[in-house]
Amino acid sequence: MSQNLEKIKSPLDMEPLTIEIHEVEAASRSNTARNDLILMAVFSAVVLASPWVLAPFGAAYPDLLQRFCIFGIFAIGFNIMFGLTGYLSFGHAAFLGIGSYAAVWSFKLLTMNAIPALFFGVVCAGLFSALIGYVCLRRAGIYFSILTLAFAQMSYNLAYSVLTPITNGETGLQLTLGDARMVDAAFGVERTSSLPITNLFGIKMSGYEGFYLCAIILIISFYISIRIFRSPFGMMLRGIKTNQNRMSYTGINTRPYLLAAFVVSGMYAGLAGSLMAVTDPLAGAERMQWTASGEVVLMTILGGAGTLLGPVLGAGVIKYFENIFSSFNKGILHSAFEFLPDGVADFMVTITHPFVGEGWHLTLGVLFMFIVIFLPGGLMEGAQRIGNLFTGGGKSNADSRSGQTQPAE
Amino acid sequence: MSLFDDNVNRRLILKTGLAGAAIATAPFHFVRGAGAADYRNMPKGKSVIFGFNVPQTGAYADEGADELRAYKLAVQHINGEGDGGMLNTFTSKELKGNGVNGKKVEFVTGDTQTKSDAARASAKRMIEKDGAIMITGGSSSGVAIAVQGLCQEAGVIFMAGLTHSNDTTGKDKKANGFRHFFNTEMSGAALAPVLKNAFGTDRTAYHLTADYTWGWSQEGSIKKYTEALGWKTAAAVRTPLGAGDFSQYITPVLNSGADVLVLNHYGKDMVNSLTQAVQFGLRDKQVNGKDFAIVVPLYSRLMAQGAGKNVQGIFGSTNWHWSLQDEGSKAFVKSFGQAYGFPPSQAAHTCYVQALLYADACQRAGSFAPCDVAKALEGFKFDGMGNGATEYRAEDHQCFKDVLVVKGKENPDSKFDVLEVVEVTPRSQVEYKPDLLGGQLGSCNNGA
Repeated sequence: MSQNLEKIKSPLDMEPLTIEIHEVEAASRSNTARNDLILMAVFSAVVLASPWVLAPFGAAYPDLLQRFCIFGIFAIGFNIMFGLTGYLSFGHAAFLGIGSYAAVWSFKLLTMNAIPALFFGVVCAGLFSALIGYVCLRRAGIYFSILTLAFAQMSYNLAYSVLTPITNGETGLQLTLGDARMVDAAFGVERTSSLPITNLFGIKMSGYEGFYLCAIILIISFYISIRIFRSPFGMMLRGIKTNQNRMSYTGINTRPYLLAAFVVSGMYAGLAGSLMAVTDPLAGAERMQWTASGEVVLMTILGGAGTLLGPVLGAGVIKYFENIFSSFNKGILHSAFEFLPDGVADFMVTITHPFVGEGWHLTLGVLFMFIVIFLPGGLMEGAQRIGNLFTGGGKSNADSRSGQTQPAE
Repeated sequence: MSLFDDNVNRRLILKTGLAGAAIATAPFHFVRGAGAADYRNMPKGKSVIFGFNVPQTGAYADEGADELRAYKLAVQHINGEGDGGMLNTFTSKELKGNGVNGKKVEFVTGDTQTKSDAARASAKRMIEKDGAIMITGGSSSGVAIAVQGLCQEAGVIFMAGLTHSNDTTGKDKKANGFRHFFNTEMSGAALAPVLKNAFGTDRTAYHLTADYTWGWSQEGSIKKYTEALGWKTAAAVRTPLGAGDFSQYITPVLNSGADVLVLNHYGKDMVNSLTQAVQFGLRDKQVNGKDFAIVVPLYSRLMAQGAGKNVQGIFGSTNWHWSLQDEGSKAFVKSFGQAYGFPPSQAAHTCYVQALLYADACQRAGSFAPCDVAKALEGFKFDGMGNGATEYRAEDHQCFKDVLVVKGKENPDSKFDVLEVVEVTPRSQVEYKPDLLGGQLGSCNNGA
């Protein structure tokens, strides 16, 4: 971690924030507030309109849209820990998994309504992250990362085999016709001969309805994240990232702040996990595997760690690659290059084929490499540079000096 | 530093929220409009889309690749291309080689990665985006069960591919799911008499079991039938799926007093564990005055090929083998061989048959509606598909047919000729009551 007292930029590149609060003047404060409001409004509009916005990209079907939102929430939460404090947790997938298991058990034991499932998912993940955070946060840097990774792998292995009665092992926890569903039973919900569907007071939670629930929760999560970024609490977290020793010397005990941030981001992960269960009532152990933890790190860095919008963008890009790029095959490529002469088209198909379909990881890897090398601030830095081109040089010069986005650490 | 701290901004937020809610409710009209069809993904144009969901990466990737080849062949035959394969020997003559119900069959594919989550995501993509009317495939029973549950909810038919666990048509059976492949209960029933003849009744078995639904199911069935013979079980050790190195699990076998090792592994796992067991010299050992023996209850040609010489003389069961001499098998092996240059595996066979059975049921039902198709499949009796007379039992959507007990060939003629059929166990001997394995089918779901 770089230890100099650097200025950290706000996401919309307006006013650089520093940890010396007196520098932030009242005028700029209201300016930031206005910009955040615009950001919120644009973000909400884009998210809610995504079934139309994403249609030209072949991504406008409910399952993928739900995934965009869910992993967006997951990444926003992860960013509160990693982006603000610089503590890289490599075990966030464990909280995602716990959220899912709690939600499915809520469906099995209590009711098919989504609200208790979300509630228990968030609470369980929160408790669990408090426990893990309490232990892991005794160390910083690489040791913290390894500790969280170890805990997550432990949870994965427990879920995979030891706790099979609770998690149903590799097969994953599923609903069955014989589930108790006590609350539903008490309210006299009729038992049918087919599996019940998750609902929100009668609205079924699959398809577009499920997407809109995810979208609204994503918007709320995003709003909470803005508030955290702008709050004194967020300032403290940035202070920890900039120079934890100096924070300690000034007499601040940083660990409670870190633990609180860790629990908040664990709860975000639990929320994402329980939403996965709400839209598709199944919880599997592979959700907790270390690759899943790594994925959210990639999402955050790809989009831009420490920025507001970045993690959501990164989550979208990765999920798009995973679901759409991986389904391209030779036939689709041929029709894409149809306009070219035969020989050239075949040549193009041969060249591009290794990068789509099963090779989507390769494309993602190359993209990730380029972003880390040329845009250490992620996609958000790219967007910012393009923005600066249009808004003219004078201001951007001053900005680029003070507003060096921090590279991922 | 708190934000939005004056009332004007608060009001603005409220307004933004209301506007958002208004936008949010708009698309519900579209959703209702989409519900006008009689059933999920009703084909409207001149073609109908099948979804092939197979593992292209992971421990079962070899099986998945072979399954995909078989599906492509099945689609060609249904559409009247190629030599027709098993359509010529199939007892139902409804399919005329002009597609299904006058519609040409097209297909989309997905990679299950041998993971339930990934498999459900790709199945959902095929159902929601590509409009697949039916999902088929799946190596690994865990994946098959997860996707079967999804298809039940979504309201499309699931034709299970290679899945051997009892649970697929037992504890976790679903009204929209159908399985042609056999299960561990049948394997146990078919293997037991052969094991008794070969090894006697006074044996002690040691199980190494892949730690997921299929492994547990197979371990349970083999235990049940061997213990009925009078065998004892020394221990049953669970190994993680895709472990790669099994030496730490094989060393304790020697000191356990067991004289038979049962490997409840499949795919690359079985290739590795068997090879390592042989390398450790287990088969040359004498325990309790008897030759040490290894049993692999579920065999496939792909695995036997991978394990090479190590499979010689080892017993197991299989759903189908390409060296069978009935007309259906010969026709399938011929057209598969012409297309790809090597004989099909049992995974390819069951997937090919499932695709044809589905197409045939649609044709007989005159519709693609899941409930009509399910009715056409339930209790359907057929022959000419390589397994002799077969019935899709209505109570649990499981196919009942003869089971093959096979042995690794001592002197293979070619690299594909690695298994020999020891016995064809008749259907009556492997059949069980539908309620034995528990579970409820529920009612079929048209998805609209």
